[in-house]
Amino acid sequence: MTAAAPARPGPGSGQARGPTATDRLQRLLALVQYVVSRNVVGMAETAAAFGISERELVDDLNMLWCVELRSPDPYCPIDLSYEGGEIVVSEAEAMDRPLRLGVDEACALLVALRMLADLPSIGDGSALSRTIAKLEAAAGTAGNPSAQVAIQVDDVTSQSVTAHVTDALSQGKRLHIAYYVHGRDEATERDVDPMRLLMVDGRSYLEGWCRRASAVRLFRLDRIMSIQVLDVASEVPETAEPVDVDGGLFRPSPQDVHVVLELGSAGRWVAEYYPCEQIEELEDRRLRIRLRTPDTQWVRRLALRLGEDGRVISPAELAQEVAADAAAALRQYE
Amino acid sequence: MSRRKTERLLSLVVCLLSARRYLTASQIRAAVPGYPESFDAFKRMFERDKDELRELGIPLETGTNSGSEEEPGYRISRQAYELPDIRLEPDEAAVLGLAARVWRRAELAGAAEGALLKLRAAGIEAEDLTQPGIEPRLQTVEASFGPLWEAVRDRRPVSFGYLAAGRSNPQQRQLEPWGVVNRRGRWYVVGHDRDRGEQRVFRLSRISGEVRFIGRPGSVSVPPGIDVRGAVRDWDNEPPPQPVCRLRIRSGAGYGLRRHAVSTAPDSEPGWDVVEVHYSEIGWFSEQIASFGSDVVVLEPVDLREAVIGRLKGALA
Repeated sequence: MTAAAPARPGPGSGQARGPTATDRLQRLLALVQYVVSRNVVGMAETAAAFGISERELVDDLNMLWCVELRSPDPYCPIDLSYEGGEIVVSEAEAMDRPLRLGVDEACALLVALRMLADLPSIGDGSALSRTIAKLEAAAGTAGNPSAQVAIQVDDVTSQSVTAHVTDALSQGKRLHIAYYVHGRDEATERDVDPMRLLMVDGRSYLEGWCRRASAVRLFRLDRIMSIQVLDVASEVPETAEPVDVDGGLFRPSPQDVHVVLELGSAGRWVAEYYPCEQIEELEDRRLRIRLRTPDTQWVRRLALRLGEDGRVISPAELAQEVAADAAAALRQYE
Repeated sequence: MSRRKTERLLSLVVCLLSARRYLTASQIRAAVPGYPESFDAFKRMFERDKDELRELGIPLETGTNSGSEEEPGYRISRQAYELPDIRLEPDEAAVLGLAARVWRRAELAGAAEGALLKLRAAGIEAEDLTQPGIEPRLQTVEASFGPLWEAVRDRRPVSFGYLAAGRSNPQQRQLEPWGVVNRRGRWYVVGHDRDRGEQRVFRLSRISGEVRFIGRPGSVSVPPGIDVRGAVRDWDNEPPPQPVCRLRIRSGAGYGLRRHAVSTAPDSEPGWDVVEVHYSEIGWFSEQIASFGSDVVVLEPVDLREAVIGRLKGALA
């Protein structure tokens, strides 16, 4: 057995830093082939394709053009021009084909494509299976480890709900939905102008402008009880901001209530399940957690569910409400 | 500094790609600008450059041009270097664009972008032009995803601290990982647990501290025909629903239960329904019923009724 070595940071963890010399090298190599495969291509289009500014692109092109090998005789293997906003590569010996896909690259795409193939909303599965086959062939053995990654997408959303959402999105139509609000145990009816169909954490959500709340809302597809595409054009206000999903679905707001809960050992799952601001270990495997929420209704229901495995510490009014809820429920059994 | 290094690496790649023969270190040093004067310093820098190119997946080969030459040389095999020809129809390029966005800011986002860069360079217009507004995402919030993916990819055994359900202190575990699985948004790793001598599943969010490699790449063998997805499903599944209970549910409430109702009938008292529902496990189900407070009352069975009363008394105390 070899000595234990700390794992290096993951393959994607370099994204936060600026580009390294090797990142830039990859871009430079790809840039040559990008232009060669298109014969002539505009500066603006190229910069956009590589996600860089036109100034950076000019710097890249100059660096390529300046490559000089000194031996046996000095010579410049790359010749190109970018006059008049168009790039032409007239000489790029031996560099006219892109580099093979690396293992992470091939696997990232193959895993994602196979996940899409399992989603009911992507519709045309034939384009996906054709793409997967072609990519597998092009990647060769680099794609093999992707077979060891499996993504299971949610299997509870009905296909017809998903189909109605995608129809409304593509036709720009308003939706009418009956929606189960789990935190409040309420069935609600509302009109929604759809913005996106999101799939996050293995679940599908409709993001839209809720005309009842006059705000952007996320609706879990598996909690949509019925759905209709209305013959009304969708009108999403320009001020409607899409939810920043990458920061997590939970968005803190200054109006939030701070809730402190103490959990017994059987209630520790709560700390894993809900986004907590603070988790503190207490004696006997008890936890004290602090979270914030715009609506405490679901905390009342959570406290009833936890029974003696959880306790609301603050706010005090919330603790009283929980006790009153429990007392009212117990009277039903008298 | 970084710019000079980029220039040097670029020249090195171009030099080795256009060479038809193996080039010795001295020949490379003569051709590629930017290496230091001293031969020792050059050797050290050249060794690092070779490693970096190999890490990018550039197939740097070592060999001699004829049996009589003593010093080995280097070249990049074009056949091993080049992406095979790939042509995509517009609808295929569109799904590829969508696939590249799945990782977004998650662990393999950089790799997906890199792949797209190469495919674009090969002439593929991978723009995401599928249905507007569809955004499937994969997230990797668990810090252990990166090293575990590397371990699975490179077939290396690992060790990590694991806080199993129902324990308060993490235990050190040694695992030969076979695969990673995402189920309902959570990541799991499946493999052979060296301590238990059996197949085991671990939830990544319960791994605490650093994941360490405890063996060489290639030293894990994955049993043929192993179904990592199935392993997680079996591990994570609730037992199948069996008994039926009878509940009184207030009208307009208890939707979470009504959605799974076997039968619903109005109660003799107005404003209430009697609903029959399947359930699997009394502990979990009694918690769910308690969460509805006074809107849901268990009529039978008795043990479920008692369990709910116990929960509610606990919340009252």
